[in-house]
Amino acid sequence: MLRYILWRIAVMVPTLLIISALVFTIIELPPGDYFESYIAELRAQGEGVDMEQIESLRQQYGFDQPPLLRYVYWVGGMLQGDFGYSFEYELPVSEVVGDRLWLTILVSFFTIIFTWIIAFPIGIYAATNQYSWGDYGLSLVGLIGIAIPNFMLALILMYFANIWFGTSIGHLMDQKYLSEPMSWEKAKSILEHIWIPVIIVGAAGTAGMIRRLRANLLDELQKQYVVTARAKGLSRTRTLVKYPLRMALNFFISDIGSILPAIISGAEITAIVLSLETTGPMLIKALQSQDMYLAGSFLMFLAFLTVIGVLISDLALAVLDPRIRLQGRSTK
Amino acid sequence: MTSGADLLRVEGLRITFSVLGGNVEAVRGANFRILPGKVTALVGESGSGKSAISQAIMGILPTVAKVGGRVLFNDTAAGAKPVDLLSLETDGSEIQEIRGARISKIFQEPMTSLSPLHTIGNQISEVLKIHTDADKAERRARTEELLGYVGFGNPKRAYDMYPFELSGGMRQRAMIAMALICRPALLIADEPTTALDVTVQAQILQLLRELQSKLNMAMLLITHDLGVVANMADEVVVIYHGDIVEAGPVDAIFRNPQHPYLKGLMAAVPHFDMKPGERLKALREVPVKAGTLLGTQHVKKAAGPDVLVSVRNLCKTFSTRSSGWFGSGTTSRHRAVDDVSFDIRRGECLGLVGESGCGKTTVSKILMRAVTPDQGSVTFDDGEGAVDVLKLDGAELKALRSKIQMVFQDPVSSLSPRMTVKNILSEPLEIHGRGDPKSRVETVRSLLQAVGLDQRFINRYPHSFSGGQRQRIGIARALALVPQLLICDEPVSALDVSVQAQILNLLKDLQKELGLTMLFISHNLAVVDYMADRIAVMCSGRIVELAPREVLMRNPVHPYTKSLLAAVPYPDLDRKLDFDALQASGCSDQRQWGAQFSDGGEENALFPADLGGGHYVLARKSADARELRP
Repeated sequence: MLRYILWRIAVMVPTLLIISALVFTIIELPPGDYFESYIAELRAQGEGVDMEQIESLRQQYGFDQPPLLRYVYWVGGMLQGDFGYSFEYELPVSEVVGDRLWLTILVSFFTIIFTWIIAFPIGIYAATNQYSWGDYGLSLVGLIGIAIPNFMLALILMYFANIWFGTSIGHLMDQKYLSEPMSWEKAKSILEHIWIPVIIVGAAGTAGMIRRLRANLLDELQKQYVVTARAKGLSRTRTLVKYPLRMALNFFISDIGSILPAIISGAEITAIVLSLETTGPMLIKALQSQDMYLAGSFLMFLAFLTVIGVLISDLALAVLDPRIRLQGRSTK
Repeated sequence: MTSGADLLRVEGLRITFSVLGGNVEAVRGANFRILPGKVTALVGESGSGKSAISQAIMGILPTVAKVGGRVLFNDTAAGAKPVDLLSLETDGSEIQEIRGARISKIFQEPMTSLSPLHTIGNQISEVLKIHTDADKAERRARTEELLGYVGFGNPKRAYDMYPFELSGGMRQRAMIAMALICRPALLIADEPTTALDVTVQAQILQLLRELQSKLNMAMLLITHDLGVVANMADEVVVIYHGDIVEAGPVDAIFRNPQHPYLKGLMAAVPHFDMKPGERLKALREVPVKAGTLLGTQHVKKAAGPDVLVSVRNLCKTFSTRSSGWFGSGTTSRHRAVDDVSFDIRRGECLGLVGESGCGKTTVSKILMRAVTPDQGSVTFDDGEGAVDVLKLDGAELKALRSKIQMVFQDPVSSLSPRMTVKNILSEPLEIHGRGDPKSRVETVRSLLQAVGLDQRFINRYPHSFSGGQRQRIGIARALALVPQLLICDEPVSALDVSVQAQILNLLKDLQKELGLTMLFISHNLAVVDYMADRIAVMCSGRIVELAPREVLMRNPVHPYTKSLLAAVPYPDLDRKLDFDALQASGCSDQRQWGAQFSDGGEENALFPADLGGGHYVLARKSADARELRP
């Protein structure tokens, strides 16, 4: 098992290298670079351009070097914790992302908890009471949850939150705290605001998870070992929890792999509509303005989280399912 | 028949399943009794309602079922009053106290009946947790004691093992331990040995018998195998399409069967005393009209060399890697096929017998080029020159594929559910570019006729056919390309006895009319005996004995063959299994074989010794023929 973990970690290195090469290529693909679009923007505004300053910036960041060399610099820098410089914000990337990253993780964390708390009981109920009115009703609600576009739900919730609770429109906190350091008041304000994005972002995920849990559990409930457990004299609830539910959890654990990257990148549209201080809108903007270090670092970070997420879910599966842990892998 | 003496009385039991488009009556007014301390066998085909009865007794019927009548359970040993199990609240506390403690059940498929995520110790001791006050240490002690009793060599280790780490037989032993740990008054065994090999079946039956008399427990044995019934039962209840057609003591049932269904069932089982040329009487015989099929082609086959397929020194090793939590994984190499050589003569049926895992299916896959052997050769000669099957590729391999065809074990999963019968049967013709669309349909029609299926079925999908009909479609597909060699891998193992006779007769007739050569693989000796001209017995990847059918059956030499033959339960009260003679460690254990047959750990110590008359047995080179004779 230890060998398995080490092997899996070792495999991550070439995976990330390949991804970084892909990310770099994609960012390089559009013609021009950040400075060219910057110059064009300045000229459009009728301002003079200090070509010398720009030229020195170009040299400083190696834009006159061949792409291969720049790729090596970029990857080498990331390994040392230097994610480069955001031209747009004129700050190092790590400082630009900083606060936003934590807020994003906070929103996503609450979203996941919300999804699980709602989806689990409903999924179990729908599976154990298949084709009952409750099952149909909850399925309908779930389908509506999947079908409603996030931005629409965002507008509706924002409107009612403002009318009923007097919550200020948009943002993750009251505007006055935006640039202030963390304080009790600021934390309270964040908690007041955070439930709106949590519900909006969680709605579709919850509905999807209810459907999958229901389908998985229904499969397991048909299995012979459930009958065995009942023939032992085990009550229905205890049978359900110990046997089929445990089996149905596998899909849930495999999901962790895709949850982690979604934490960071997910819900851009909602975030833009609500003008949340999360990372999603920033990524989109960076891609638009060819702010290559910011965009590149973001994409690499997403890739890294995906790889880590898959690793965690694989290890968790191995711990929970003895068949994966103990069964020898046969080779042809 | 006084109610005081009966442990369980089923009175007027009706079970109806409500399905789409109406109700299906699974059981129509069943009446029977189970005496305390006796074995009652409930015999019937699949779909006859026998499993539904057992589920009704335990109250674990699916929710779509409706039950009527009475099931009186008179548990005097526990000091309880007679109670009507059907009147108890569904999943109420009363019925839950009876389940697992006073009435328990073992199921047919030991793999799916146990949860794969929990250790067997956990699952067995759970019964104690539900029904007794024993603390954790005591539960573990009692479970380990019982595990040791049902045949686990190291119960302490077995307690923490997962079901997938055990063989089918051991899983069923764990299942038995789970059912018996609370010493129930009634054990319901639903086809407990159907999924097991014949030697393992004998061991499990022996264990059940032993425990049943030791615990003085009543047993309801549900089975379709009359051989098992004859060896186990005190009373027999025969059920046919939801009606109980005959019931009584085992002697009366076997020596003087009354109902035509029971008589038919007895005639449909192949047994070892069949005269040459004697046919099984299938309950529903299928007329074979192979004459319309390819009528002219089989004449040509009479020509050609005597040996169609010649297999020499095949070896195939599979390696499995298992790893622990720490450290390096251990790689174990398993010799699935070990120096196997045999010939299949033109027009004969060669039977290949052995327990599961002995390598017989791997051999068939090598012949089909689905598995590549490590060494050895397969020569195929149909009169157009000998070809080395293992070296062919491209067009030559494609041409060979049309000459060797296969019939598979599972008629459900071997037919694509998304193709009609017409698609299924014409696909091989399309692949090999035979004929045009119109002539293909004609061929499909004659194929259907050849296997006794109505031509109107041509546009139906496999799901609308019964198991036996599906297997006939599988046979028709194999025949579509007019093969020279037909490999049948356990073609009747998944079928009921009555349907089995029908398929066996069909294969036999087709072989005769088309002059087919067959390799017939099965674990059931009686079936192979009915079909084969010569029989090869395989054990642990090697052929241990090969002889003409009657020689092998009457005069087996190798101890493994003998124990295989001894483990077959006969549907005959005068020839019961000799449980004492069964070897506890399983008969593939070389140490039990005697010096002249075991290699003593040496490589290449064993050679096939010729006993004359085409009778070969695997033995030490130094042993001479007289020594090998019993």
